[in-house]
Amino acid sequence: MKRWLLWLPFLGFVLLFGIVTFGLKAPTDRTVKSAMVGKPLPDFTLPAIVPGKPGLSSADFAPGKPRLLNVFASWCLPCIAEAPQLMALKQAGVEIDAVAVRDTPWALRDFLARNGDPYARIGDDKQSSVQLSIGSSGVPETFLIDAQGRIIEQHIGDIRADDVPDILAKLRAAR
Amino acid sequence: MIAEAGLAALWFAGALAALQLIFTAIGIAKSHDEAMAAVRPVAVVQGLLAVAAMLLLITVFMQSDMSVQLVVDNSHSDKPLLYKFAGAWGNHEGSMLLWVTILGVAGGAVALLERRLDNRTLIATLGAQAAIALGFYTFLLFSSNPFARANPVPADGNGLNPLLQDPGLAFHPPTLYIGYVGISVAFSFAVGALVTRDVGPAFARAMRPWVLGAWIFLTLGITAGSYWAYYELGWGGWWFWDPVENASLMPWLAATALLHSVTVLATRDGLRAWTVMLAVVAFSMSMIGTFLVRSGILTSVHAFAVDPKRGAFILALLAIYIGGALILFAARVGTVRAGNTFEAVSREGALVANNLLLSVVLGIVLIGTLYPIVAAAFGVQLSIGPPFFDKTAGPIALILVAIMGAGPLMRWRRDGATEVLKRMAVPGGVALITLALFLIFAPGIGILPLLGLTLAAGLAAASVAPLWKRDLRRTPLFTWGMVVAHLGIAVSLAGMASDSAFTRQELVATRLGEPQHVGPFTITLDSIAPVVGPNYSALEATLTARRGDGSAFTLKPQSRFFATPATVTSESAIATKLDGQLYTVLGQQDEQGRWQLRLWWKPFVTFIWLGGALVALGGALSLLGRLSRERRAWKREEEALA
Repeated sequence: MKRWLLWLPFLGFVLLFGIVTFGLKAPTDRTVKSAMVGKPLPDFTLPAIVPGKPGLSSADFAPGKPRLLNVFASWCLPCIAEAPQLMALKQAGVEIDAVAVRDTPWALRDFLARNGDPYARIGDDKQSSVQLSIGSSGVPETFLIDAQGRIIEQHIGDIRADDVPDILAKLRAAR
Repeated sequence: MIAEAGLAALWFAGALAALQLIFTAIGIAKSHDEAMAAVRPVAVVQGLLAVAAMLLLITVFMQSDMSVQLVVDNSHSDKPLLYKFAGAWGNHEGSMLLWVTILGVAGGAVALLERRLDNRTLIATLGAQAAIALGFYTFLLFSSNPFARANPVPADGNGLNPLLQDPGLAFHPPTLYIGYVGISVAFSFAVGALVTRDVGPAFARAMRPWVLGAWIFLTLGITAGSYWAYYELGWGGWWFWDPVENASLMPWLAATALLHSVTVLATRDGLRAWTVMLAVVAFSMSMIGTFLVRSGILTSVHAFAVDPKRGAFILALLAIYIGGALILFAARVGTVRAGNTFEAVSREGALVANNLLLSVVLGIVLIGTLYPIVAAAFGVQLSIGPPFFDKTAGPIALILVAIMGAGPLMRWRRDGATEVLKRMAVPGGVALITLALFLIFAPGIGILPLLGLTLAAGLAAASVAPLWKRDLRRTPLFTWGMVVAHLGIAVSLAGMASDSAFTRQELVATRLGEPQHVGPFTITLDSIAPVVGPNYSALEATLTARRGDGSAFTLKPQSRFFATPATVTSESAIATKLDGQLYTVLGQQDEQGRWQLRLWWKPFVTFIWLGGALVALGGALSLLGRLSRERRAWKREEEALA
């Protein structure tokens, strides 16, 4: 056997070590980014879920003014945490539509009564199909939609107080 | 006081490990007899101190001493006693202490028990053990102190993750750790033999019981872990190709290969370099396993409280030990005299084929496990799951099973192809008949399960064939061990194939009293009632199940709510029958008031774990056989000297 062949296991190990070290150093980003960012919203039509509030379809978005599409559910705790920020955005004149994921009318009614109702429309997404089609993997997520109905940004997780000015600025820029 | 005593024991043990390493270095380099003579007793005391530290940690857990941070983070005074006890290692710091304790005990045992190996090689081996132990003591003392005090002292603890509150916790981690660490002994033997250039049958015989012992525990640990995941996680599956499962499978594959190559080395003095290599690889795999679990580098069901900084520490240790051993290997093994050669058609040939195929499976699992990290380097996020592993490792494992049937029927050194084929006639016939029966009576099952069932039948016949025409009472125990272990693989394979070919699954939403069907069973939900456990409350369903017109039996799956920490778990209810298991899980109530139930009928699924237990039993028989033969040989040597 050639002597240098004996070094192959060591070289293999160095390679392995390099890979693993890289994996350890690389920032662990466990969020799943939507592949739909930059693209127009896909076509969908969702029925209403709360009496007196319209359902949601992709036709509601374009053409119009930029707005937010909030993916949420009454059973989601961070959604309660972000409710005040959504109310603040509404006060600032932002129009917010929502996709309610795997929810029931009465649970949702309770949720809105308790945490405020910032939504212009709420679509009933019983099977998460619209949620998945826009590339959202969890709740809450918020999509910024421009005046042409294109997704310009995806905010994963709850909206914190210090995210609000940033979102307002982006919506203004998307006019 | 107890915590401080534990910490002191750890510091002393660490200092002794350093001393052990220094004595070894002086003893080997300068051929200093007194330094060498000191290594053995130091190793024994170091092991005892590690045991003391572990016992003291268990004591603070049993007493629910909330002034110790680790107890606060992982225990609660309401917790049942068994989990207070097992909770001592149900966390990062405690499990690392358990790791190093077992390492210390193994080192002490080598120092006390090993008699036939050349003394210099033995001392070098203990030095390698000390080096490993020193790294882990440093890790514990500087970055994972299990005895750190809590300040301020809280009223009570945070409790233990409910998924871990199971008798499985008392059994699964210690058995796996004994396996992992036992392999470190094989590694140390390999390093010791490389240092003294003494790779031969004596070295192989000294190493073999450790490899066997470690392998038995790995087998048990993996089997138990698989069953635990199966009933606790409520997904009805027994293997998920989760990174951490792979992390335990990889050392097992390497240890299985090592077990077989070390036999060639001990019996025929062949495969010298390869055996040393495998010992290093096997320990690398257990270190990588520890690293994957502890660093949280890959998303996994085992990712309880992980910390990248600790991952970096383990990675550094891994680099030092494995990198060092591989450099030593490359530099030294060329100077080790080549061993004996053999013909391709021979017992050795079959064992080499076994080793190569096991290595290929090992490579596939390793690449599949780490590939997401490589992909991330190129900005691609992906995960690799069962479809990849089933399609790649599955077929190779089946070829391996075929060779496994033939190997024990071959002669050492040289055999004739036609003779081997003749001896394989009966097992081959059994396999073909099985294939025909399944094709006729169960058409349409997938190709892999069909091949699995066929090969399982053939292997079962082939593995008992070595007993044919033998006087069973005079058959050596290690031959029995081989027969039982190979039979166990056949049984386990049959269970896996049957599970994937014949499982019936139903997800139903049912009202009380509505009959539901899965496989041959009719199941009705009789009632839902709240029940209270020691540290949880639960909703319990009462299900009545009946097969055809047979007698009815009851299953009680639960949905449990734990207060500390706040978690919901589903507790499956499983009815075990001779021909399989009925597996039921209670889900949630829907809007119309119906209850979700998941129902599985899994024919012969129990064979998977029964087979695993048989494999471990075979290992144990083999170990007993080898040890008693070693003892007799050693006694003869003593008498010859006297």
